[in-house]
Amino acid sequence: MIWLAWRQFRASAASATAALVLLAAALALTGPGLAEEYATELAACASVEGGGGCSVPGQRFFRDHRTAFFAVTGLVLAMPALIGMFWGAPLVAREFEAGTHALVWSQSVTRTRWLATRLGLVGLAAVTVAGLGSLLVTWWSPPLDTAASTLSRMEPVLFAARGVVPVGYAVLALALGVAVGMLVRRLLPAMALTLAVLVAVQIAVPALVRPSLLPPVRSTIEISETNAAGFRVARVGPDRVTVDAGDTGAWLLSSRTVNASGRVVGTVDVPTSTGPCGRSPEAGPGECLAEMTRLGYRLQVTYHPASRFWPLQWIETGIHTLLALGLAGFCLWRVRRPS
Amino acid sequence: MTAAVRADGLGKRYGRHWALTDCALEIPVGHVVGLVGPNGAGKTTLLGLASGQLAPTTGDITVLGDRPGAGPEQLARVGFVAQGTPVYDRLSVADHLRLGSRLNPGWDDALARRRVQRLGIDPGRPAGRLSAGQRAQLALTMGLAKRPELLLLDEPVAALDPLARREFLQGLMEAAAEGGLTVVLSSHLVPDVERVCDYLVVLVDSRVRVAAPVDDLLATHHRITGPRRDPARLPGDRHVVSASHTDRQSTFVVRGDAPVHDPTWITGRIGLEDLVIAYMDPTSTTVRTERDGHRTTLRVLR
Amino acid sequence: MGSSVIEFHLDQRSGLSPYRQVVRQVRQALRLGLLHEGDQLPTVKEVVAQLAINPNTVLKAYRELEHEGLVAARPGVGTFVTATLADASLTAHGPLRQELRRWLAKAHRAGLDDESIEALFLETLRTAAQQDIA
Repeated sequence: MIWLAWRQFRASAASATAALVLLAAALALTGPGLAEEYATELAACASVEGGGGCSVPGQRFFRDHRTAFFAVTGLVLAMPALIGMFWGAPLVAREFEAGTHALVWSQSVTRTRWLATRLGLVGLAAVTVAGLGSLLVTWWSPPLDTAASTLSRMEPVLFAARGVVPVGYAVLALALGVAVGMLVRRLLPAMALTLAVLVAVQIAVPALVRPSLLPPVRSTIEISETNAAGFRVARVGPDRVTVDAGDTGAWLLSSRTVNASGRVVGTVDVPTSTGPCGRSPEAGPGECLAEMTRLGYRLQVTYHPASRFWPLQWIETGIHTLLALGLAGFCLWRVRRPS
Repeated sequence: MTAAVRADGLGKRYGRHWALTDCALEIPVGHVVGLVGPNGAGKTTLLGLASGQLAPTTGDITVLGDRPGAGPEQLARVGFVAQGTPVYDRLSVADHLRLGSRLNPGWDDALARRRVQRLGIDPGRPAGRLSAGQRAQLALTMGLAKRPELLLLDEPVAALDPLARREFLQGLMEAAAEGGLTVVLSSHLVPDVERVCDYLVVLVDSRVRVAAPVDDLLATHHRITGPRRDPARLPGDRHVVSASHTDRQSTFVVRGDAPVHDPTWITGRIGLEDLVIAYMDPTSTTVRTERDGHRTTLRVLR
Repeated sequence: MGSSVIEFHLDQRSGLSPYRQVVRQVRQALRLGLLHEGDQLPTVKEVVAQLAINPNTVLKAYRELEHEGLVAARPGVGTFVTATLADASLTAHGPLRQELRRWLAKAHRAGLDDESIEALFLETLRTAAQQDIA
């Protein structure tokens, strides 16, 4: 049975290998240069007195390589969808569509073994491809990840494209594709549905699931220009004060302004015509912020600190793997009871 | 002796539609069985159930004494060539034989190679580029080389030209002549069935209408023609299979052993094709069911 | 087919069952002297592979021929011709044909056309056969 599973998967395996080799070659060629360029730019910034030319170190470097950065990240993000659509969905849907399931099911091999072997082989390939792909990108990208100071690797876009999570998504996508193919039985609808469900999962997980995988850290911080806990004021206005995670690398889930009595407020009640928050051009936001602090306004933030990158990676990968195993179990149960 | 196929109260429903209803059947081993009936009568469903591709909704079916598709041993004993004789388009003929040898412990590689060679098929050719006849032959080779005790074929020759059809049936009969093989094949081509089958199952409107050795059927069925009369007033103990009337004359296809002695009646032999058509005729029984949604209306014929 | 002396043909429109056709063709071959004592009939597998007919049909035909004492099966070897029909019947053909010609002339004189003669002949043949059975 392994022979057949391999024979049917051979061409896909070859193209996946070719794609990986191309990616590896591209990243291997550019990786060391990238690190060097970044180091040179940082050194140049440091040598300039007062850091005049480099308000944010590495900004120019990041801008120069933005396209490559997002392309490579996008590739890792798209990998699960590709695996689900081109490996998962056709696995049984193509057999149903061509009627060949009847041929292979009448050999002296049970349907369970037939499906289990094929799932095992393709699953192994999915883990390998996703693992190697993610490993390559995780090796290549640190200079850019660091330079992209506003985009920490805890942010959803990067989180799903680094570390071990891509492997979890890959196996989930594969199992999902197979299960959809099993139910839909037609190739193109199965591929389309797989893609739709996967996109939904990739949006829903960071929005609804990942924040609560671990209890987020809550803290109340003073409003100042260089804020406590590394959060940086991003916008000040009469309506509200917002912060971003800055270079702490944390994943900011929410920030709310509270007044002196600890109530969440939508607007900060300071006079904007006169006083520190008046529109006097020479005064920076610092005085205004100090005034807010004096009035008792604080910022309440919830976030996952950067140190939780790996725990969250493993938890999420574990969840995806369990889901994938559940779907595979469903497929194996279902293949024994065809309609 | 265990029956090749035994069904009892067997039914299969797809959603609201019953593809097979209350099917009772016992096919002895050693025959080449023809499963005939109009399209949509349930032939494919019955073969799907017997091959274990489908699971029954009601009732039981045993094949060679065991549940279809029960395990590798049972699978090895039953070959199945599905409708349209599916093969893997992208795999070569040689790959198919390799598939067979890897997936079947009893695979007869010599037989498979001999058949492919004799058919003049290039083993390196992808199955997707074979002619319909060659595809069917490849599917048959796969079914035969696993050396099953029972081979089920669903409309194997329906899509073939006359020459390819003949060649297919030649190969099938040659395998049947070696003994130890029971064949059940569905077809709506009665001349083919008449040629190769010695046992007939007529399936109409998702029910088994008749199942018996061909010789018995031909010996016990007659066409009788005479002055018009009611089927109930026919002489002797006969089952009327089909009836047609003109103002003056009645023609019946009847089943019964005793010959008709009434001199006003002409008794004639009936060929297999006419016999099958008589059973397929919707007015062939005194009670006909009409499907309209859920409602089943009964119409008693005069 | 190699060693086989005769080849069977099947006419599906003859109205005769395949098994009767095989029996008849062997008899005919014996009658016409195509088959001699000691000749081997094609094996069941050969017949089946050539005609695409049910093996049991051939077996049944061969059994009937055996029952009539025309052939004998040697297990594992094949079926061989043990008798001949040629001489007795062939010599009788001449006189019978003459008699039939005279009878046909009589029928024409009585006003029967060819179709009526054929119907009469077949009908008589059938009733005679039925009476023999009964």
